[in-house]
Order: sequence, then structure tokens, then C-alpha cells
Amino acid sequence: MKLLTANFLSCAVKACKSSPLSFPLHFKDAELASKSVPYNPVLLSNLLPRLDWPALVTSSKELGFALPDSKPDVARISTPSAASSPSDGDDTAMSMGATDEDEKTLRMLHKVLMETEVVEGKMVCGSCGFEYGIHQTVANFLLPSHLGTLSYHDRLRDTGLRYFAEDSRTCEFKI
Amino acid sequence: MSRPEDNLPPDLYYNDTESRKYTTSSRVQSIQATMTNRALELLDLTTSSFILDIGCGSGLSGEILSEAEPPHTWIGVDISPSMLAVALDREVDGDLLLGDMGQGLPFRAGSFDAAISISAIQWLCNEDEKGVDPKTRLSRFFDSLYACLKRDGKAVCQFYPRDDKQRDMICSAAIKAGFGAGLLEDDPETKNKKLYLVLTVGGEGNKDITGVVQGMDGVDVFDNRKKLMEKAKKDAKKGTKAWIMKKKEQERKKGKIVKADSKYTGRKRGIKF
Repeated sequence: MKLLTANFLSCAVKACKSSPLSFPLHFKDAELASKSVPYNPVLLSNLLPRLDWPALVTSSKELGFALPDSKPDVARISTPSAASSPSDGDDTAMSMGATDEDEKTLRMLHKVLMETEVVEGKMVCGSCGFEYGIHQTVANFLLPSHLGTLSYHDRLRDTGLRYFAEDSRTCEFKI
Repeated sequence: MSRPEDNLPPDLYYNDTESRKYTTSSRVQSIQATMTNRALELLDLTTSSFILDIGCGSGLSGEILSEAEPPHTWIGVDISPSMLAVALDREVDGDLLLGDMGQGLPFRAGSFDAAISISAIQWLCNEDEKGVDPKTRLSRFFDSLYACLKRDGKAVCQFYPRDDKQRDMICSAAIKAGFGAGLLEDDPETKNKKLYLVLTVGGEGNKDITGVVQGMDGVDVFDNRKKLMEKAKKDAKKGTKAWIMKKKEQERKKGKIVKADSKYTGRKRGIKF
């Protein structure tokens, strides 16, 4: 599981969808590895506005490394063909309109998001506490059938009939 | 040929031997490759994008995404552990998740630029366990897919429906989720017929679904909406003779006294001197 993926994953349990605690999922007992991936600045600058930076800082803290508190600002790089026409010269990232500073940030982001992988470990939902296992970099998001669908009592709670549900439960005891 | 969907649920059908057989078969590989390329053509991505591959299997389609020009980054979801194990052995570039699309996709809103799915969504129509409703699973899948695509996003799902009923069930579930939907049929009327469900999420670039196939060679557009709209227009035109006759008929059916129809019905009165 790459950190990039983790930044887009939230708890799969339906009752957690409305809870803000269900994102991000918290890493536990994580084992890290690094895998080299071709550097793609266009994709990174494309993804940057979509990243949830506070969530990324939290998960990187859990994995034991630090990131700056605020989201780095990088000018959006358009496609090489479109951007390279005004600037004459080589086909490096510089010609795509990225400055030195941007290049450095993007390299850092590439290392964190694309090349850092969680090989073994768990991800825990902050709302329901469900643990998603990660085994050989593949996270298991299959839910047991009772969590996959809304339970009877969840549905009642959703429609604001919780008291009715509790009443009916106590009634059962009386009988 | 028998359909794998009729035998077993997907996670059991694609066991270790079946997954290996599927992945190493050159016939399957070439079919998958052509379908993925067609899907990419339909997605019409100009920059490197972040793509979701639903039912990625052993990463046959994902490999093409990574090697495409420009290269894309993808995340694959599949329900069969054996298939994912084969994908791990093949060292694909994308990140893999074990998950059931019928339980909804566990991504936050607006994550992906696009989504593709090759020969997967017909599995949603299976009723493998008691208490599993294909309609609920379809709607949960399409709802979550709609949410996790960004505005202006597109999804292309190639699928093998058992019959027209199943095809319509899948399409209407997609439309209900809010997608603009179109069906592209390659090699129609042959054994190698391939159906692509093209889905668009509203936005500036996606005003009309027919825009997806604009400029593509050999595609005829059959727009059912136009026919429907014309019919609706004809019916609703207030004040025409047809409309008046319809209303009179309705009132008559209610048992009310209505003036008899004549050649003057619905005509304007002449100008008074």
C-alpha cells in the first residue's frame, strides 16, 4: 500500500461514511519498504490539489517520519507538449515551467507518496475501530457480510427511531 | 460456451489454478489488451492521470495503463486473492486492494480522474448468497463510483451481460446513480460482440454523452433520448387539436359531460367584425 493510496482510502463500513473520524485510516504495526518508481512530475502536480495534507501528515507521523505542516505550493505543470513551446531548450522538468524549488518539493513528494510502501501491518478506522489487514502490500477491504450492509438497528438509528429500537429490545427481554 | 458467472462466485471461481490459466493464456491477454486500449481511447486522457481499475485481476489491464503514453498511475481493486497474488508475482506498478465492489468502493470523494473496468461488472448481477440483492449491490457500486470520481471524470466499463435484461439493469443502475451513460457496441451481431458502458460525471467537458465518441471512426450514434424527447414534446404541446382531444377523452372517461367533437374543435374563432 502506497502512501498515496492511503490518502484516498476511508473506512468501507457504511455507517462510518458520515463520520469525519473514518478518514484517514490509522496505521498500526506497519512495516515499510521502498520501491523505486519512475518519477512523474506531471501526475504529482495534478494530484497535489486533491491530496488531504493534514491526513498525509498524520499518517506519515504514524509511520515515523515528518512532513511540513502546511501543504507545499507547486505551480501546476501542464503537459510537456503544451508548456515546452514558449521556453526553448532541453526536455528536463525545468523546461516544463518548474523552478528549482518546485522540483525539490516534487521529488520529496514522489519519495513519500509513490516510493514508500507499507508491506505488512494494519489500518484502523477511527470511528468504528475496524482493522483492515495489510499483507504483502495488499490491503484487505472485504467486509464481513454483517458490516457490508446496514444492520437492522443501524437503519432504525438512521431514521431517528433509536428509541423505538431500544424499546423493542427491552420488550423482548420482558417476554 | 459456458459463462464463468454461472458457476461460482468470483472469489471462488478464480482460484490459484484458474487465475494462472487466465493470466498466461495468450488469447485472454490479447482480448484484454484490445479492450483496455479501446477503453483508454474512450477515456481520452491527455495528461498523466490517477485511474481506478475495478476488477483488476492479475493486472493485465493495469499494465497497459502504466505503459500508455502518457503513463498513468492506477489503483486496482479485485475480490479474488489468487488473482491479486498473480498480480504481485508479476510485479505490476499499481497499488492493489482486496475488496468487493458490491459493498461500495472505500475511497473518499473526488479521488480519481477516471475509472476503467474490464469484464467485471456483470459479476454484480450474481445472486450467490441468500439475502444478496443484485440491485442493491449495483446501486451501491455505482453510487460509490460516482462519488469517488472527480467532476469531469469518466469511467468506461466493458462487460458481458447474460441477456438484454441484465444489460438494462446495469445501465439503469448507472443512470440512477447520476451518471450520463452511453453504450458502445464493438463488432455488433457477431460472436465477438463487446459492450462498453461509458459513464460521465457532470462538468464542463461532459455536457453530452455523445461527445465521448465524437470524432471516432466508424461509430454510429443512436440517440434514444432524442426520440423520447420528441415524443414528449408532441404530447405536451398545449393548445393543439391533439391535446384538446386528449383532454376531452380524459374528461369523458371520468364520466363528465363533454361537448361533442366536430370539425370546429380546437379551431380559433374568426375575427369579429
